[in-house]
Amino acid sequence: MVFTLALRNLLHDRVRLAVTLVGILFSIVLVAVQLGLYLGSSRMITANIARSNADLIITTFGAKSFEDGGILLGDRERHQALATPGVESVVPIVVAFAEWRKPEGGSSRVVLIGADSEDQGLVPWSLTKGTIEDIKAPDAIAVDKSYLGELGINGIGDSAQVANGRVKIKALTEGIRSFTQSPYAYTTLNRARQLLGVDDDKSTFLLVKLAPGANITEVQKDLAKRLDSADVLTKDEFESRSLKQWLFRTGAGLALIGGAILGSLVGTVIVAQTLYSSTKDHIHEFATLRALGSSRGYIYKVILAQAALSAVMGYVLGMIIALLILYLSRNSSLPLVMTPGLAFWLFALTLFMCAISALSAIVKVTKIDPATVFSR
Amino acid sequence: MTTQPVMQAENIVKELGSGAGLVVAVKGVSLDLVPGELTLLMGPSGSGKTTLLSILGCIMKPTSGSLRIADTVVDNLSAEELAKVRRDHIGFIFQSYNLFPTLNALENVRIALDVRGIKGFAATSRSEEVLREVGLGHRLTNYPRNLSGGEQQRVAVARAIASSPSIVLADEPTAALDSENGHAVMALLSRIAKEQNRSVLAVTHDPRTLGYADRVVRIEDGKIVGEERRPEGIDSPEITDLTKRRKLHA
Repeated sequence: MVFTLALRNLLHDRVRLAVTLVGILFSIVLVAVQLGLYLGSSRMITANIARSNADLIITTFGAKSFEDGGILLGDRERHQALATPGVESVVPIVVAFAEWRKPEGGSSRVVLIGADSEDQGLVPWSLTKGTIEDIKAPDAIAVDKSYLGELGINGIGDSAQVANGRVKIKALTEGIRSFTQSPYAYTTLNRARQLLGVDDDKSTFLLVKLAPGANITEVQKDLAKRLDSADVLTKDEFESRSLKQWLFRTGAGLALIGGAILGSLVGTVIVAQTLYSSTKDHIHEFATLRALGSSRGYIYKVILAQAALSAVMGYVLGMIIALLILYLSRNSSLPLVMTPGLAFWLFALTLFMCAISALSAIVKVTKIDPATVFSR
Repeated sequence: MTTQPVMQAENIVKELGSGAGLVVAVKGVSLDLVPGELTLLMGPSGSGKTTLLSILGCIMKPTSGSLRIADTVVDNLSAEELAKVRRDHIGFIFQSYNLFPTLNALENVRIALDVRGIKGFAATSRSEEVLREVGLGHRLTNYPRNLSGGEQQRVAVARAIASSPSIVLADEPTAALDSENGHAVMALLSRIAKEQNRSVLAVTHDPRTLGYADRVVRIEDGKIVGEERRPEGIDSPEITDLTKRRKLHA
């Protein structure tokens, strides 16, 4: 009967129910978009690290992110790493911002990534045109097709100049976007070095694969001891360092999280207001329940059930719209991401928001005087 | 039939307001209710009868005096403990019926059982049973807005007796009803008292109700000023006031 009464109370005033649901809906959509953008940004920032075939990553000391490593590591560090017990392989890669001169004039910036596919360190994924083998051809480079316009090219076969040399588009990827808005451009290790004009032993990162059975923590400590001018990080550590750099030092992440918190607060206030007015309207019924002998807990359950029903209905409507926005954003420069985990936490947040909203109504019914049943 | 009182009120006093606005609404009332009797508490407006009903129903606490319901002295119980006493022993009927507009007749009765922890099939079948008892077996799924005043009050009566309380308290049960429905409801309350051996107390100032009373307690200015009992052997509901009844008895 608790849910029956709660549902009937909600449906009794359709306009108020609509206001409640719109409040929850906007709140859910706002939070979903903000957190979806946060997740999308996080994935962009960490995509290359996550895709790298490494147990440990050696960076120059204090490198803040994947794009911010410098090209300072050399053969000395590589050989020291290779000589460390438990290390099976050390693969150098180059990552650096570079100027991209468009064929028709003008320039842009790209993040040039140089890695050899046979090393299996880091290769572009989601290739839609061309192959990994094509990237090995002289002057070959791969970019994401979503940036073709920005790079002033039309597709496979087009040429441009990157830093010190000419390149030709030999492969296209799909869905590899850059949080910095400087597109990633993949080529071979030596061509990247040539384009950037650095010595042929230099690299930005060394990707370390451990020998079977090696203890990652011990090897990490050992490497750190040997390489005093470098940082030795696990993939998780490097990912969180990159996220910290781009999402928190720049304030972008805080803005997204702030927006999500604001959305939750707006939703909570709207639901609280409508639940309170609903409780006020039904106060005589709650007083009758008290007179009939119901415990306060029973009445709280009715109010919480109203809040929970509002939450479920609002969540379903909000998620439909959020998923629609997600679908529409799939080809944008910053696509939203929705995961089952995020969907679950959004539902938990909605329930929590509605439960908090019910507090004012609960305080109201706590003060019910059942004697009012005789004064109607 | 036992004559052991199910409710005993002793020297009940209730003060309302404070300071210059202090009003003593009930002034030392003592009253017992026994099973099988329909008692009318009659008095003019402002005489304190509804305040007394609230106290007897454990809804309002007296300023002083003592109240025993069944075997429980309720004087020092908390609000939640008083709610439990109401759940266990008392059924209420209100002047304005106080039905839930969003629930149908069956659900209105079921909710009174639900707050007592009676749920599911047991609650549904008991609700149907009491609604049939009050003559509403054909109106189970009707909402209050689709029921007449008399039918709504009968739903309220069904709700009051659904959990088989030993005491039924009614506040002006006929005030909002026409003559026919008023008589029907009083006949029902009388039947509940007699056939189900409950103690029924109805606050009223409606003279139409007199013919159904086993006992009439008169209250004025917060004090009981008189009490009359139906003489032995007189049980016709057609007799509508005690004056006529006394003449008949003489």
